Amino acid sequence: MCNCNNKDRVKTIDVNPLYSPMEGTIVRTEQMTENEKFFEIKLEGDRKLGDLPGQFVQLSIFGIGEAPISISSSPTKTNKNTFEICVRKVGVFTAALTALNEGDKVGVRGPFGKPFPIDDMKGNDLMLVAGGLGIVPLRSLINFVMDKRRDFGEVTILLGCKQPGDRLFREEIESWQKSTDINYACTVDKADPEWKGNVGVITTLIPGVDIDVNRTYAVVVGPPIMYKFVIQELIKKGLPDKQIVLSLERRMKCGLGKCGHCQINDQYVCQDGPTFTYEEIKGLEEAL
Amino acid sequence: MRYVYLEKDNLGKFVDLLKKDHRVVGPVKKENQFVFADIDNAEDLVVEYKPTILPPKKYFLPQKEKLGSFTMGETKMDKTTVEIEPTVIFAAHTCDIDGMECLEAVFYNDPADPYYKKRRKAIKVIGYECMAPCDDCATCATMDTHKPKAGYDIMITDIGKKYVIHINSSAGDELIDDHKIFEKGDEGDIKAALKEAQKKKLDKFKKHLKADFRDIQGIFKKSFKSAAWDAIGKKCVSCGNCTAVCPTCYCFDVQDNVELDMSGGERGRVWDSCQLEEFAEVAGGENFREERSSRQKHRYYRKFDYPVDKYNKFFCTGCGRCTRTCMAGISLIETVNELTKENKNV
Repeated sequence: MCNCNNKDRVKTIDVNPLYSPMEGTIVRTEQMTENEKFFEIKLEGDRKLGDLPGQFVQLSIFGIGEAPISISSSPTKTNKNTFEICVRKVGVFTAALTALNEGDKVGVRGPFGKPFPIDDMKGNDLMLVAGGLGIVPLRSLINFVMDKRRDFGEVTILLGCKQPGDRLFREEIESWQKSTDINYACTVDKADPEWKGNVGVITTLIPGVDIDVNRTYAVVVGPPIMYKFVIQELIKKGLPDKQIVLSLERRMKCGLGKCGHCQINDQYVCQDGPTFTYEEIKGLEEAL
Repeated sequence: MRYVYLEKDNLGKFVDLLKKDHRVVGPVKKENQFVFADIDNAEDLVVEYKPTILPPKKYFLPQKEKLGSFTMGETKMDKTTVEIEPTVIFAAHTCDIDGMECLEAVFYNDPADPYYKKRRKAIKVIGYECMAPCDDCATCATMDTHKPKAGYDIMITDIGKKYVIHINSSAGDELIDDHKIFEKGDEGDIKAALKEAQKKKLDKFKKHLKADFRDIQGIFKKSFKSAAWDAIGKKCVSCGNCTAVCPTCYCFDVQDNVELDMSGGERGRVWDSCQLEEFAEVAGGENFREERSSRQKHRYYRKFDYPVDKYNKFFCTGCGRCTRTCMAGISLIETVNELTKENKNV
């Protein structure tokens, strides 16, 4: 008879709920395109998320799972008790998330990751380049810069997307143009009859921008394929590697540097990233 | 720190003593291999064994582990608990103890993992020193893990007629206490006898890796473009066995398991493997390690390069399990020797 599993010796003890989410309540949603939905989320007890531009949260729906989601709002925004995200419906989790509406609850862990190097960028010119959904995380920085406009020099925003209907935050971008001094250009891969702007990939916009390479930081966020070409163009202009900042996407299960999914060579994207300078990752074969 | 003798015939009595207050797990025979399992009868224990199918990491990081329970529709976990039982891992080899040290480095690294920490605290480790190499798959002699160093409460060494019991912690001391089965002696004499036996044993351990311990990371730093990775990629069948049996592989997936009545469930973590195709795939469908060669390369670099920078430790314990278990015949020794050879040719 086995007496090795002596029930009296087995104890159930509480552990630090490191993996237990905080309660978030959706206070506003907006269907931005057919597949992309915007959410404003408030944490329990008006708790502040304490995020900085470029960070992410792990959002959670019990029974479905958890996924890393970029924070799209700036901590400088008027309502400090909420944060914003914008999600594309691509998988099981995002399908469940985008089905939620105002008043629904969602689990939140975070914020995680290294923010954009704001202190290094202050006092310099900025060239902010977003492709497709890249505008979502980059918006956290753009809004931060707009709210602290005088801390930065010239600001150029370049956007690229597949077609005019895919452009996200259109009104907001227009308001940035009106209210502050920014250079702005947008291009689409494929125009529709009403489109009067640029047609072509985002790299075509870069040669036309006049930058002072000694005092410009380029921040690039977009799909993996975009990075290679945009970085090439920026290097052609003479921009040093350490002044090119990227935000990388990886699968993540913990956000705590343990589960191994987000690893790029020896870097953990959840802790060492998701923002990296090109100097930090250019030697890493798995990065781009 | 102290040393005592134990008569060989009394090993079973030692296990029985431990069983009074602990769950005791140790190596037992399973068909023609060995596994760590609960020791119901001390006679089942086999202290002279080849590395077990799975390393004892399963007691620190169970293959499936509950992180918390939840009610559907809620956002916070109802309960985050861990079940622990005072446990003694008996007769762990020094290579596997090294593996425990690797896991400890990872799970205690900020932020420390609460589940691992609680389990670790409930476990005492009694090592059993290998006095001869187990087989030609093991590379413990190169990795310098064939000798007891740290990470155990007690180490048992067979010096011929008797065992020497080396007590390495106060927790270990409590296990020995004043029990009559242990034989006291002059500490200087015991240490000398132990040293003598350990010196003799080292001659039996051949180094299968051609590189020196200190040069291995440097070799890997230069081997990123090696053709060896493509060759391994062609052999690999992406089964993930190598990572399951590795004492230092700890990657996991987090999954929700829902009750049939959909009222709630449990969020848990389960061993995952970087060798599986979807491991590094992201939402948009991009996969940053799509090729088997790149996944195998990642595994090797996570043993011989990355952790050396991050944790100041090789994450290969030299146990040889990955080589023994590989269905495609990928050998760690051949791989590392190939990289070493290429480096010499440069």
